[in-house]
Amino acid sequence: MSGVVPMIRLRGLTKAFGDKQVLAGIDLDIAAGTSLVVIGGSGSGKSVLIKCILGLITPDAGVVEIDGVAMHTLSGRAREKARARVGMLFQNAALFDSLPVWENVAFGLLARHQVTRRQARAAAIEVLAQVGLGADIAGLYPAELSGGMQKRVGLARAIAARPDILFFDEPTTGLDPIMGAVIDGLIVDCVKRLGSTAIAITHDMASARRIGDRAAMLYGGQIVWQGAATDLMASGNPLVDQFTHGRREGPIQMETRR
Amino acid sequence: MALLAALGRFVLDICGFAGRLALFALAGLSHLFRPPFYGRMFARALVEIGYFSLPVVALTAVFTGMVLALQSYTGFARFSAEGAIANLIVLSVTRELGPVLAGLMVAGRVGAAMAAEIGTMRVTDQIDALATLSTNPMKYLVAPRLLAAAIALPLLVLIADIIGVLGGFIIATAKLGFNPHTYLANTISFLQTMDVVSGLAKAAVFGFLVALMGCFHGYNSRGGAEGVGTATTSAVVSASVLILAFDYVLTEMFFAR
Ligand SMILES: Nc1ncnc2c1ncn2[C@@H]1O[C@H](COP(=O)(O)OP(=O)(O)OP(=O)(O)O)[C@@H](O)[C@H]1O
Ligand SMILES: [Mg+2]
Repeated sequence: MSGVVPMIRLRGLTKAFGDKQVLAGIDLDIAAGTSLVVIGGSGSGKSVLIKCILGLITPDAGVVEIDGVAMHTLSGRAREKARARVGMLFQNAALFDSLPVWENVAFGLLARHQVTRRQARAAAIEVLAQVGLGADIAGLYPAELSGGMQKRVGLARAIAARPDILFFDEPTTGLDPIMGAVIDGLIVDCVKRLGSTAIAITHDMASARRIGDRAAMLYGGQIVWQGAATDLMASGNPLVDQFTHGRREGPIQMETRR
Repeated sequence: MALLAALGRFVLDICGFAGRLALFALAGLSHLFRPPFYGRMFARALVEIGYFSLPVVALTAVFTGMVLALQSYTGFARFSAEGAIANLIVLSVTRELGPVLAGLMVAGRVGAAMAAEIGTMRVTDQIDALATLSTNPMKYLVAPRLLAAAIALPLLVLIADIIGVLGGFIIATAKLGFNPHTYLANTISFLQTMDVVSGLAKAAVFGFLVALMGCFHGYNSRGGAEGVGTATTSAVVSASVLILAFDYVLTEMFFAR
């Protein structure tokens, strides 16, 4: 990676909510066109990390650079423009419940005034097909879908505008194993075909190895391990080992034991 | 000492709140002058605020006019001043009761709905999602609502004025035995343009306040369904109080000499 500017570069990222230190100095580099899987216990700050990178949460300290540009130096308008390069699948899908499915998926396209509504609808149906959803649900509202379908619509919305950078917050949680594998395949496909850079949060180790080129573990507000995703199950790091093998005994003390 | 500290904290809280509210209002307003504009959202808000509030505002107005006729009759009859009833009704409805009651009704109906909708969008990450889809949430959600409310409420009040006067007219002629022609003549002859215009100006301010409080509390809501509930309550209460406070201020501005 030496010499090449990483697509996403984090230095000393820090964020606390009240007394609770969620991120305590995160350093991370993600090369263009690669995907990073972030693992870590529930509540360890994975979602907060992604939202800090996007600027949805303002970090207390630290630098977020996207394509060599430090985000905090940008004006509002320029930051909006930088954010337009990013597609994000939220943990709870976060679909707009006042809009039908197709308008959700085509929202980014319509917002950029690149297409007419008719074209947008056709494009939405095409993307929906990629995530395994038929044209018949295009006119439904998000509340009429199952949780897994909402997740897939959220994924379709994230990839519809073919962004350079993709964030997936637990893309396969709540999907059946087959659909999970299909979505993993789709994510890999997006990253390879679009040449996108991706960060994916997941609790599913099989999925982590399928999606990620590299993996990182977040614990105690810091990146305690990073390496190739294929090394996840045999990292030699006791924290990662306990996590990936799901052992109750080990260095990670779950908060429930207090 | 503890009391002083608590008092100080309270004052600081109020100042902080006012500051954040003012910044929010300015940000919302500034988006009305910078493209892109979301005409679809504006139209939706206009229909929601104006059209769907019509029944409740009309009912409020007609009953207010009717009660006003009855009450003023019992009062004025003691001084044999029944002739002033038409005048009293049209002035109180256009200057005060029309805008204030319509404002309060819309605060309960629309302010609450706005806070609940935007609050739900906040706690379910939909507002964050907007930001990732090349859409500024203040521009998309807040600005159209502020504008729509400031336009819709005067229109509602204009209708409420007419219906309120009509309510008074019905009671006065059907129950109290006034001559319809004399009553109408009295109503119109005393009415000045300023009475109606000041009422409509008040309505525009009240509409803006209702939308502002609904959006502000919704936008800043925290913590799931309970947070949205709190936001909704705060939106209605604060909008109602602000309407009454601004009613005084505006009346002072328009009519004090
Ligand atoms: N807006 C907020 N205000 C206060 N605390 C917050 C906020 N957002 C997150 N937190 C806290 O930050 C911590 C990390 O939250 P986060 O959502 O990032 O966890 P996570 O790693 O994504 O967990 P999960 O795997 O369950 O999704 C949690 O303890 C949470 O309570
Ligand atoms: Mg999370």
